[in-house]
Amino acid sequence: MKNLILVVVLFFAGFSIQAQQKVNKNAKYVIEVSGNCEQCQNRIQKAAFSVPGVKSAVWSIETHQLSLILNEEKTTILAVKTAIAKAGHDSEDIKASTESYDKLPGCCQYEKK
Amino acid sequence: MQKQISIFLLLLFCTFNSYSQDTLKEIKVQNTRKSLQKSLKLTANTTLLSSKELLKAACCNLAESFETNPSIDVNFSDALTGTKQIKMLGLTSPYLMITEENIPSVRGASQAYGLSFTPGTWVESIQITKGAGTVVNGYESISGQINTELIKPIKDIPFFLNAYGSSDSRFELNTHFNRKVSDKWATSLFVHGNTRISKNDMNNDGFLDNPLAKQINLLNRWQYTNAEKGWVSFVNFHYMNDKKQTGELNFEPNRDKLTTNYWGSEINTERFDISTKIGYVFPDMPFQSIGFQNAFNSHNQESYFGLNQYNIKQKSYYSNLIFNSIIDNTLHKFATGLNFTYDKYDEFVNVTDYSRADNSVGAFFEYTYDNTNNFSIVLGGRIDNHNRLGTFATPRLHVRYNPWEKGVLRFSAGRGKRSANIFAENQQLFASSRIFSILETNGKIYGLNPEIAWNYGLSFNQGFKLFNRSGDVGFDFYRTDFQNQVVVDLYQGPQQVLFYNLDGKSYANSLQVEFNYELAKHFNLRTAYKYYDIQTDYQYVTQERPLQAKHRFFTNLEYETHIAEKGKQWKFDFTINWLGKQRLPNTISNSGLDSMPDYSPSFSVMNMQITRTFSSTFEVYVGGENIGNYKQEKAILGSENPFGTTFDTSIVYAPVFGQMYYAGLRFKVK
Repeated sequence: MKNLILVVVLFFAGFSIQAQQKVNKNAKYVIEVSGNCEQCQNRIQKAAFSVPGVKSAVWSIETHQLSLILNEEKTTILAVKTAIAKAGHDSEDIKASTESYDKLPGCCQYEKK
Repeated sequence: MQKQISIFLLLLFCTFNSYSQDTLKEIKVQNTRKSLQKSLKLTANTTLLSSKELLKAACCNLAESFETNPSIDVNFSDALTGTKQIKMLGLTSPYLMITEENIPSVRGASQAYGLSFTPGTWVESIQITKGAGTVVNGYESISGQINTELIKPIKDIPFFLNAYGSSDSRFELNTHFNRKVSDKWATSLFVHGNTRISKNDMNNDGFLDNPLAKQINLLNRWQYTNAEKGWVSFVNFHYMNDKKQTGELNFEPNRDKLTTNYWGSEINTERFDISTKIGYVFPDMPFQSIGFQNAFNSHNQESYFGLNQYNIKQKSYYSNLIFNSIIDNTLHKFATGLNFTYDKYDEFVNVTDYSRADNSVGAFFEYTYDNTNNFSIVLGGRIDNHNRLGTFATPRLHVRYNPWEKGVLRFSAGRGKRSANIFAENQQLFASSRIFSILETNGKIYGLNPEIAWNYGLSFNQGFKLFNRSGDVGFDFYRTDFQNQVVVDLYQGPQQVLFYNLDGKSYANSLQVEFNYELAKHFNLRTAYKYYDIQTDYQYVTQERPLQAKHRFFTNLEYETHIAEKGKQWKFDFTINWLGKQRLPNTISNSGLDSMPDYSPSFSVMNMQITRTFSSTFEVYVGGENIGNYKQEKAILGSENPFGTTFDTSIVYAPVFGQMYYAGLRFKVK
């Protein structure tokens, strides 16, 4: 019982220290990513989460904005954009290849800019 | 050991207080488009009742808020106290975890009447979870959890007034005041009073059908919000005083109390609660938060039922610290923390002293995986150390899978453990000639062992569109298996009630099939069929639980007109409940009139309400309960001789009071 409590205390302590560290561990980005529907939402978020270091990724169907929180010690925004492009979705400066675009499910065939 | 634990806890709390204090898991924000919401994405089988749903049955407190919802069965108030008991999956409220803003509220001494101590107008929403539920709030829940969110001061309107009166001479008045003190502080004051002033005896048995009552209920809450810095905090002060008087029409408390002149009863309860919550969300990490809640309450019930005296005083302290964060990313979340509970009971049954103090400390960890698409799992566990229940683990699991569009499949399993407060939970039996006997002496709670049960559930729901109207169809099946139970035996004769540990099997199976459909624009149908198979090995017989219908049908129809200019609108609501026959306690050895058959007849009860909204700030409503006027033939056994051996007010399977009509108004200043 005593040990258990000690473990929990240490556990909390660990997290608090982490929380107080440098900002770049929780860098926030909002980028525009092309897509249309709920299916695209899953694809985009899944692609973003496939990059180690991405802590949070939420893509809005209405605004096409992808809100990201990433650990910049582990990854960069560019790596995320690349992963998303690989899944077939354009973002501001990295475009998907025609090949991956063509593989998109019907509802996700957004208008290429 | 105890001391060390407390020191650790203290240190832990201090550390957190010094640099960040918190609130709760989440502050639920919901839109009120639909009054009853079932999510396709939540992992647990949770239904959300919005305040709109609560307005469909206008009376009056939490106990009566579930009439239009099939997940919860509202029993008929016992012939004496007029209090409605609720059941979920066929099990009574002690087997549910009932919380107010995630702080356990109806427990221990307040088990019998606690739900009637929260006025309906205070409620913002109710979440009903069937099955095991989360481990965050404790280990006691077995068949489900009901959480009530009260109106938040920051979102409240400056003034609200509700007045209500009914043909059974009950009157209620609710007033809410709200002020935004600064851009960060807001406060609400809720004042509730209700009373029943005249004596009713519709069935001419010489006894009141409903108690005379008087309740004053005050709540003052403060909310602090600092969104930039990530702080939210609540402080609540709650005072309640409730007095009930019932029994024979001629009973005069000052003259006849505890005499055999006339049979009468008084139940007086005074309650005081203080609770605080502090929540902190890390501004650069919205997925990480700390919550710390503390609650102190004092509950004092003084009562007598004829010559039986029952007094219980409970002082409780509850504390919960939660830390929420992620592992790698928001697909993997977790919540972990500590609970501490202390309960001091001063309990007297006539002259026997059952006073005791209980305490428990526990740690929990709950992991959630959600692929944000079609699959999620919540795996939780906790370890508690309780002075009477020992050290034990409580595992809980919930899984959700969406196999295709609008379809959701759920599974849950979990364990619950609790000590039964046999007198508080069965106090309606004091109003009978039954002699209470506890057949065990070795256990730590009234000589009895703790109750332990496993609950498993499976459910499926499918939404559809038919003729361009949406609907859904689904079923859920739950099984509760008791490893140990405190058996309340009413089968061994009408002059006694026995309490003993389960020896053998006891289970509750519950099946619910639901069909909901929008028949036309603004015209909704809700139907459910429920099947309960609840069996217990009693000392000499294996029998179904008494006063439980095996089959139930539920239908609710609601219709609203379009909202016209200035918010003018009509709303109509109709509910019908059909209950199959119910097993009755054994009264065979009573002579003639005081002997009841093995089963009650089947019957149905209808309620309806019409609401007229004149503007967005003013509306009136009228309604009727039990408009089919179905009444239990004989509500009180032995009413001619209440101090004789056959007297029993506890066998109630149907409404005692017939038709009841009511009217009320709501006025808002926005």
